[in-house]
Amino acid sequence: MNSVVAGITYRAVLGRRRVLLLILLPAVLIGLAILLRAVGSTDERAAVTLMQVYAIGTMLPLLGLIAGTGTIAPEIDDGTIIHLLSKPISRPVIATTKFAVAASLLAVFAAVPTFVAGYILLRGEAGIAAGFALGSLVGGVAYAAVFLLLGVITRHAVTVGIIYAVVWENLVGGYVPGARNFSIQQWAQTFAAEISTSDFFKATVSMGFAVPAVVIVTVGAVVWAGQRLRSLSLTGDE
Amino acid sequence: MIIELAQVSRWYGNVVAVNDVTMTVGPGVTGLLGPNGAGKSTLLHMMAGFLAPSTGTATLDGTPIWRNHEIYRSIGLVPEREGVYGFLTGWQFVLSSARLHRLPSPEDAAAKALAMVEMEAAKDRRIETYSKGMRQRVKVAAALVHEPRVLLLDEPFNGMDPRQRLHLMDLVRELGAAGRTILFSSHILEEVERVAQQIEVLVAGRHAASGDFREIRRRMTDRPHLYHVRSSDDRRLAAALIADASSGAVSLGKAGLEVQAVDFRRFTWLLPRVARDAGVTVWELSPADEDLESVFSYLISGSAR
Repeated sequence: MNSVVAGITYRAVLGRRRVLLLILLPAVLIGLAILLRAVGSTDERAAVTLMQVYAIGTMLPLLGLIAGTGTIAPEIDDGTIIHLLSKPISRPVIATTKFAVAASLLAVFAAVPTFVAGYILLRGEAGIAAGFALGSLVGGVAYAAVFLLLGVITRHAVTVGIIYAVVWENLVGGYVPGARNFSIQQWAQTFAAEISTSDFFKATVSMGFAVPAVVIVTVGAVVWAGQRLRSLSLTGDE
Repeated sequence: MIIELAQVSRWYGNVVAVNDVTMTVGPGVTGLLGPNGAGKSTLLHMMAGFLAPSTGTATLDGTPIWRNHEIYRSIGLVPEREGVYGFLTGWQFVLSSARLHRLPSPEDAAAKALAMVEMEAAKDRRIETYSKGMRQRVKVAAALVHEPRVLLLDEPFNGMDPRQRLHLMDLVRELGAAGRTILFSSHILEEVERVAQQIEVLVAGRHAASGDFREIRRRMTDRPHLYHVRSSDDRRLAAALIADASSGAVSLGKAGLEVQAVDFRRFTWLLPRVARDAGVTVWELSPADEDLESVFSYLISGSAR
């Protein structure tokens, strides 16, 4: 971890226009929660649906994409990354720092709003607010690592990331039960279900699979990103 | 410190960008000269650890450069692309560089580096408000902040106004005189001549020539020159010119004469005298191949011999 790298990365992500997306998506979640509460439909089923479909199913992967790729891909694109890479700092340290920044952004912009929305709807009922907040946090960490890696290995990180989230997790995962085992979104729900006692939702992936999966994917992606950064090549404009 | 390239080649797919280059860059200022697209940036990136040679080795004092971040303790790099964080001020940018190097007193180092490039006045403005020349200077300051023994600059004088250019040239010369190893790339001979003691010429990926500027200048001037001449009596002038050994070939066309001068100095001395003695008035004398490309391509064919 390097504080100078972290400081520059925070400023780069939060200073760009993409910060509006980071704010807009959780604002919609909290807005929906307030709306549901105002019209009196604060039953557990509605809350679980909002959490599953929007908080974990839509907002988390999108924020993961913005934060994960946003901490590194624009810098590689415009060449500013050279400023960090031409220093006597090991590249894996730079990758780990960028990952930590992305993960912390997801904790603030995904996990916290998820808890707030759940709390607005149900208070502490059935551990839904806390459960989905935890799921969001764990899923956010995994997304941060995977999308950071995408940002390092491909110039089309956002496209590839959207295809993964939409096509694989939502479409294929929706029809092919086996595919759910390899879906960060499903792992996030597993952690949510571990805390929540609600009868309206059950995780499809077991804790015994989700815990090692999250650890392996996160650590693996960060280590791989660090290695790829070690051999990052610049090609001249010629 | 010494950068050594040993039989280095680099290709992208089927395209060879750098072809079997062996080069040693030692203390003092070395200019890497070549036309655009000659592979200068590719070569410089391999020296800076941002590109792996396809074959051959690039070392700094015997240590491999590729995948070795420790080299940046001794190397300062000024890339050609405007890779600067526009949202930082000049001061923050240079200070961040000092901190990334973990210097004992980053503030003092940053202030010193900014003073070297005369950027104190604008240091508290955001870099995105800077002109191209100012960005270039702030990049140089960030690269100099840890007082590196090796400085690599890719087309550093591009986009600078004449005053800034002279100032940076002086700075580079001073750093070289102080015993640092400095290499900069340029496609302008005059620029390289003014700053570098040693010149390495790269043409179409190949190491075409090497030497001090006198040597390079001599090799560039002592080549067959092609002249275009129009006069009151082309045929008579042609006959008078070919009688002397300084002209290799003379061809008579509708638009005038094409003269191939083998001995440049003698030819320029001879032509007015021959014309006067033959009673011919010369209306026009123009070099037909004075562009840099043909000079460079001569160097290649010369070095291939």
